[in-house]
Amino acid sequence: MNDKPEKLIDKKGLRLDGRKLDELRPVKLEVGVISNADGSAYIEHGKNKILAGVYGPREVHPKHLALPDRTVLKCRYHMAPFSVQERKSPAPSRREIELSKVIRESLEPAIFMEYYPRTMIDVFIEVLQADGGTRCASITAAALALADSGIPMRDLVVACAAGKIEDKVVLDLMDTEDKVGAADVPVALMPNLNAVTLLQMDGQLSTDEFESAVNLALDGCKQIYALQKEALKTKYINVKEEIKEEAEE
Amino acid sequence: MVAVITKVKQKQITQLIDKGKRLDDREPTDYRELKIEQGLIERAEGSARVLLGKTEVVVGTKVEIGEPFADTPNDGVLTVNAELVPLASPGFEPGPPDENSIELARIVDRGIRESKAINTEKLVIDPGKKVFVVFVDIYVLNHDGNLIDASALAAMAALLNTKMGKYEVEDGEVKTKPGYEPLPVKKHPITVTCAKIGDKLIVDPSLEEEQVMDARISIAFDDDDNICAVQKGGAGYFEPKELVEAARIAKEKATEMRKKLNW
Repeated sequence: MNDKPEKLIDKKGLRLDGRKLDELRPVKLEVGVISNADGSAYIEHGKNKILAGVYGPREVHPKHLALPDRTVLKCRYHMAPFSVQERKSPAPSRREIELSKVIRESLEPAIFMEYYPRTMIDVFIEVLQADGGTRCASITAAALALADSGIPMRDLVVACAAGKIEDKVVLDLMDTEDKVGAADVPVALMPNLNAVTLLQMDGQLSTDEFESAVNLALDGCKQIYALQKEALKTKYINVKEEIKEEAEE
Repeated sequence: MVAVITKVKQKQITQLIDKGKRLDDREPTDYRELKIEQGLIERAEGSARVLLGKTEVVVGTKVEIGEPFADTPNDGVLTVNAELVPLASPGFEPGPPDENSIELARIVDRGIRESKAINTEKLVIDPGKKVFVVFVDIYVLNHDGNLIDASALAAMAALLNTKMGKYEVEDGEVKTKPGYEPLPVKKHPITVTCAKIGDKLIVDPSLEEEQVMDARISIAFDDDDNICAVQKGGAGYFEPKELVEAARIAKEKATEMRKKLNW
């Protein structure tokens, strides 16, 4: 599994998993998957499998963190020990702490924080299987879970990465491409407000390449956004049918 | 505990910036006065103190012998840590690193790592077994905003000032020899942070400006003007065209800084 592939792009211009340069991995979304949570969502993005659950608005714990004019958003991004090739210790790593922070900051602009003073909203993200791009898939799922919980939002948040492999700017890096490739640019977007709420980059890109990577990632975001809306609708169509069936019984 | 800012001050800062002015009379794209002093901690292998306005950061480096990571047997190891020491701000508390200090350390780390600033291949003693481990410890001594740029500059200045002991290998044992040689540094990343306040972008936000900003973006450039690390922070957003503008401003400021520092 640790063999480094020699070429990430073949002669036909296709990638290791047969994708074109600007093609997303298959994305599957499901809303309302955890009955205990106030809102929840599940995402399969390529081989990534991630659950997001929302609890709140609820009482603030510890109490002194409460804010008089708005709610407190808390976010925990966590990887299961079995989600990666070599067992990851379940204790939060520095990477997970940083990602929890940037994911929180990517979701916060979408929430009407001032509607729920002196309360707290918890967003829990559990990565069950990781294959590159987990922070983006986590944001996509967490935004759906927030929407599912009924918390008023300005917009959904959807995320996708672009990057550079073998001198080409490509969409949606998977793990091998991220590790061997030259750069990774994860981006989160509020699609209706055209607002970028997460942007990170590591690697090496010229300013022009950086700009085209951001634009490519934004295109990817818009494609996933369509699936996000579908997933939300699907849940409520199911609910409607359940009610109808109950009424008929 | 968060440092507090009054509503009046907030309004004053926002209104000034809207008119293209700032509380301390700087232009929107001006840095505060920058002072760098190297080698002030003699016990450390390398050290530097950066004063950016009233923000003060000291970085000390230590070089020790340790094991390489399993997946990079032919590279030395770089470790960056940041301490927001409680004497530096009423908002800092003692205890294990919180998300702010971890984020700070990781942004500085990414700038150095991704620009390949240190020639890690030259830090190998015995491939797969023994390498030099470079510890970069960021110590924030006074927080008056823009810790990211100040820490990144201080870290680079300290690395440029770092000396490592000479050694020889005898029957698998590493023996130190008298004398020193400089740490092999080949690139000089420079990180520039822009804050967004209202619909305006400003460079090098002060603490008060950080307290009213919507969001910030930090961009690191290497010697060839390539972008090597980016981090958006804060609970606000950027429009795509603002990102392009921020990248343009940051590149200009990085070039200017590079000339001034002769890096």
